[in-house]
Amino acid sequence: MAAGPYSEKVMDHFMNPRNVGEIDGADGVGEVGNPACGDMMRLYLKIEDGRVQDAKFRTFGCGAAIASSSMLTEMIKGKTVDEARAITNQQVAEALDGLPAVKIHCSVMAEQAVKSALDDYVKKHAG
Amino acid sequence: MTKAFFDHISTTPLDPRVFEAMHPYFLEWYGNPSSHIHDQGQEALRAVDRARAEVASLIGAKAGEIVFTSGATESNNLAVLGAVEGAGAGKRHVVVSEIEHFSVMNALIPLRNAGYEVTVLPVDRNGLVDPDAVRSALRADTALLSVMHANSEVGTIEPVGPIGRIAKEAGVTFHVDATASAGHIPVDVREIPADLVTLSAHNFYGPKGAGALYLREGTNVAPRTFGGFQEMGYRAGTENVPALVGMGAAAILAVREMGTWAEHLSRLGKMLWDGLAAIPMLHYTGHPAERLPGHVSFWVEHVEGESLLLFLNMKGIMAASGSACSSNLRGHDEEDLVASPVLRAIGVPSDICTGSITFSLGKENTADEVRLALDALPGIVERLRAMSPTYLDYQKQQAKGG
Repeated sequence: MAAGPYSEKVMDHFMNPRNVGEIDGADGVGEVGNPACGDMMRLYLKIEDGRVQDAKFRTFGCGAAIASSSMLTEMIKGKTVDEARAITNQQVAEALDGLPAVKIHCSVMAEQAVKSALDDYVKKHAG
Repeated sequence: MTKAFFDHISTTPLDPRVFEAMHPYFLEWYGNPSSHIHDQGQEALRAVDRARAEVASLIGAKAGEIVFTSGATESNNLAVLGAVEGAGAGKRHVVVSEIEHFSVMNALIPLRNAGYEVTVLPVDRNGLVDPDAVRSALRADTALLSVMHANSEVGTIEPVGPIGRIAKEAGVTFHVDATASAGHIPVDVREIPADLVTLSAHNFYGPKGAGALYLREGTNVAPRTFGGFQEMGYRAGTENVPALVGMGAAAILAVREMGTWAEHLSRLGKMLWDGLAAIPMLHYTGHPAERLPGHVSFWVEHVEGESLLLFLNMKGIMAASGSACSSNLRGHDEEDLVASPVLRAIGVPSDICTGSITFSLGKENTADEVRLALDALPGIVERLRAMSPTYLDYQKQQAKGG
């Protein structure tokens, strides 16, 4: 059936989001967005030996926001901290087979969530 | 899959009887009403005149007071810009409610640019305009007052009768956008002292591309389109004959059947309204009593509107959202994402503004379809809340609090 305004991949990740939840004792937690702006994402990372071992998220938002969050967690799992930090919103959007122009900010939110969570990780492990 | 269409406020399906009435004017009678020396043009002219009388009968007007347009947007533009220009150079002030349609609101942009002053009337938390606020807003130099009859997003019906009497006393031209109401509830210009009334065919089971502006005799309106002498000079251009025939046919159906439709819609609307009460932290919007039949609007805490609509659509249930996210998907950039001005106007807190949902029922909807929606909604709400960080925080806070 028609997936409406979104690609099939976006609808798949929206309907069956991967990695929804929390990580107890996460090594890094990032939160970006604001419900007032329509979306908010919280990302939890488990990091071991400089690699992202696990990633979970919770997102309030539209279809693109939820799909971007889900796709992002898939993309960063197994990556080194530096590789995860290098992921761009374009890569998230491309992995979803594109997003409508007005929804690009949802992929930006995903990119910012990783950076925010990794900043938190660095802060926690600095001392 | 069952398909339950609950978005009649955006458009209604064409009634097959209307389609039947239009059919000959595509294939058999293709004449131009302005070229009526021969049979083809003569039949086209007769058809347009007949449609004009039919549309007039829907609102208790005279046929000569109906100007056909391409739809509500053009009618609203003509009403606002035409009436302001028609009011003359001394009148430099316009009054509108803050929940008017974009085709009224954005028509004010060139007026503001030209130095006109605009007063925007607030609405209360039920979406009602206060007639006393209208009284104090009108001035000697007010060219136009525009207040819609019913709001599409929250369903509230405005007190256009009392407001119109105030405008009349003040000698101010009064425009009523009846796009959402005409054909659903009585709109009678013998009771509502409006000078200009906007009508849209596809909102009452007629075709898209046909609308009308009622112009009370003696109202001064300057044209916005220039060309030939069609539509008494108010709207140049060859008439969309099949669509106007359809609008006339739809108007006649509405005159005859509106009461039955309204009864059916009120019953189903109440069923939906009552059933929604089972969902925790759901808030209805709009006036609880003074509202369009079969119109149910609400928002749900910790649930974003577009996500809810996408899940509903997967289950064959089609509703609408005033949410920024879903209504502007075809916009060009993020500047096109704005929270609903109507929800802001009724004081819905902005952090949940994105959750507004509108179910607008139509005459073909059934109780089974309403049940389908009521069965689907709680699970979808639960699923989206389980994903939401704000709901997680809420639950933690609740647990802490006791």
